[in-house]
Amino acid sequence: MKLFGLIAVIIVGALLLSATGDFPDFGDPQSPASASPLSTHYIEGSVYETKVPNLVTAVLADYRGFDTMFETVVIFVAGIGIIAVLRAFGTPAAELPEGGGEEGDDDLIIRTTCNLVFPVIQVFALYVVAHGHHSPGGGFQGGVMLGASYILLALSCGLPAAKRRLGERQTIVLAAIGVIVFAGWGVACVLFGGNFLDYAALDPIIPGDVQMARSHSMLGVEIGVAFTVTAIMFVIYANLSTRGRLRDGL
Amino acid sequence: MIWQFDIIILIFMVVTAVIALRVKDLLAASMVFGIYSFLICLLWAEMGAVDVAFTEATVGAGVSTVIMVATVFSTRRRSKD
Repeated sequence: MKLFGLIAVIIVGALLLSATGDFPDFGDPQSPASASPLSTHYIEGSVYETKVPNLVTAVLADYRGFDTMFETVVIFVAGIGIIAVLRAFGTPAAELPEGGGEEGDDDLIIRTTCNLVFPVIQVFALYVVAHGHHSPGGGFQGGVMLGASYILLALSCGLPAAKRRLGERQTIVLAAIGVIVFAGWGVACVLFGGNFLDYAALDPIIPGDVQMARSHSMLGVEIGVAFTVTAIMFVIYANLSTRGRLRDGL
Repeated sequence: MIWQFDIIILIFMVVTAVIALRVKDLLAASMVFGIYSFLICLLWAEMGAVDVAFTEATVGAGVSTVIMVATVFSTRRRSKD
């Protein structure tokens, strides 16, 4: 069986390696991905149409906003699935595994360092969310960093300390609010006479011209994404590390 | 894009991928996966895809590693196969 696996790997690997010769060169302007009129339109027109210097965010949050909305829904559903599978409601305390860390036996150095780093991470995460359409970053990255800051707090000061700041009920509400913000932004566009997630329709209620309406709308939906991702990352960690009991974590 | 830099990163990536498969200690395998993620993040940043590199650094190297370590602590630490 091992020999068969080795032969299969060698054959598939040789096929893949021989296929890489057909790839276009790195940065080749004549490659099918670069030469299509759609990508030319994005590269040349997105700054004038949306006033967003970061092309990636313009494509993700505006031109393909529908796609990103359902990515957010995927993350939301993943978190709900984790809760449905792992969360153990009402398990007796006697079944807890031995060696679960109690609060209070932590190292002073770890606690102090994490308390110093925690606000810095959070401020930087908020900057990444808020500045995502002008520099690399955006809702996903900023949301993951914000969730990671709570995970750091749970690792250093114990899960109860993190749960005091981001409780279980709050996380689920926050995750739902994120999806509602994104979808609601699209519905608002419909109410103002445009298509779903056609941000230019929001021009009457957002200050600035049509381009700024699209730019500000991108910020709005990115904030929605960040809400969902923050909450779901913390939910996944909290449920995985405590086997769904949400106490006595790592 | 500097090809010498690419070669070095790609060699390290292959080495870390093989280590992650071969090592018996699951905690060490998760750590090596984190290193692998950082290397691929470095490769993407060097190729100019900074947004993807940022996502890989936060999701792949950061949160995924923590989640895998958390999962390893709920199972046995050493792999049988």
